[in-house]
Amino acid sequence: MSTETVEQLEVEVKETESLLSKRRRKIISDPLDDDNPITIQVLGICSALAVTVKMMPTLVMALAVIFVTVFSNLIISILRNVIPNRVRIIVQLAVVASLVILVDQVLRAYLYDVAKVVGVYVGLIITNCIIMGRLEAFAMGNKPWDSVLDGLGSGFGYSWIILAVAFFRELFGSGSIFDFKVFEAIGWSSYQANGLMVSPIGAFIILGLIIWVQRYKNGYVEH
Amino acid sequence: MQQSNLYIIIFSVALTVVLGGLLSIAAVGLKPMQTKAIELDTKKQILSSVMELTPETDVIGTYNSRTNSIVVNLEGELIENDKDGNPLIAEKISIEKESKKDPEDMLLPVFLYMNEKDASKVDAYIFPLFGNGLWDKIWGYIAVSPDLTTVKGIAMDHKGETPGLGARITDKEVKDRYKTKKLFDANGNLVGIEMKKGERGDPSLFGEHEVDGMSGATLTGNGVNDMILKYIQFYQAYIDKIKAGETVALN
Repeated sequence: MSTETVEQLEVEVKETESLLSKRRRKIISDPLDDDNPITIQVLGICSALAVTVKMMPTLVMALAVIFVTVFSNLIISILRNVIPNRVRIIVQLAVVASLVILVDQVLRAYLYDVAKVVGVYVGLIITNCIIMGRLEAFAMGNKPWDSVLDGLGSGFGYSWIILAVAFFRELFGSGSIFDFKVFEAIGWSSYQANGLMVSPIGAFIILGLIIWVQRYKNGYVEH
Repeated sequence: MQQSNLYIIIFSVALTVVLGGLLSIAAVGLKPMQTKAIELDTKKQILSSVMELTPETDVIGTYNSRTNSIVVNLEGELIENDKDGNPLIAEKISIEKESKKDPEDMLLPVFLYMNEKDASKVDAYIFPLFGNGLWDKIWGYIAVSPDLTTVKGIAMDHKGETPGLGARITDKEVKDRYKTKKLFDANGNLVGIEMKKGERGDPSLFGEHEVDGMSGATLTGNGVNDMILKYIQFYQAYIDKIKAGETVALN
């Protein structure tokens, strides 16, 4: 994987650069749309299919992923100059795994009901390619604050996509949003839940539609 | 950056010690909260078999004031201490672990839901359930009226049943189908309750030992049927004793 480096730019701006300069805002906003981890980089697809049956577990998953991307990016970026190059992947993995276990433990203590549902998937954050991808491509070559912003951006980019997918899957698959029965509330009690949306195939279809809309809008062409 | 093997080894060891230490501290620090969360969850499940729980329900309070628990063995005898002589707490017994033992060695907890006014009268006997669904384990609690035949309510949960299909065993609508059904026939023989294949939507079509099925989830339904039959069998001796008017003392 190649290392993107934005540090050259820093030579000109140096010291005086504000915490949220234009360049830094771009680090956050890029992954939301133009460089979205799921729809453009096609990373983290597996969990996008697995956890998006309902909104609530998806939201928890999104928050967990944001937490892990931000802090693993921060830690790896701080350590980037002392991490031995030959074992860097395993070091990244150890940091990510520790953070994920921490999230899992906290969920079990304070949100037991949710932990029962997302428990398995939280463990799978370790294998989420987005996190390893950002560590390898960004945090290893950039300063801590930039890396935190990159983590936030990637985390949000991932989150809004899986939340969008979950919204449609729960709406059509279970007829509800956050377990609130939408169709019954508007008086359509005979709504027949769509079983396809409950299975991972439904996520594939919605994800495909999102990618289609996004590429049409941005005029993205496959190189 | 050129690094020696020694540097790599020292770095790796230091990293492992730091991360391992942090995780141990987190695990130890969060343990009391986790135990509490699990306890609350168990009590919630037990209570939900006999009553409607809302987010406002004081689960621990209601549980402590209304519920007694005992542990019996396959012969229906009261067991007070475990093998090492420590007093047994019914709520702490892992139903999953017990289900893997030989039936003769199993510790079988019984939760007694007491009458609100007369605390010596039992309103419902609650038995734990554990079995296999289609994809993974399923478990629950079945509350039986003092006649020890009529089902008062059931609470079920699952680990990995298909959402919208087998996972519907947690829906109130499916659980309500079990109410007033009978576990034993008129002669006192154990029959169990069978969830039928297919879903017909009309409760009047089903006898007192049958309930309507879940469309597309026949295999989960079969798992539920087996689970109920198996666990009531384990408690058969205890149930016979109570029916015969014997008392199995309360803790």
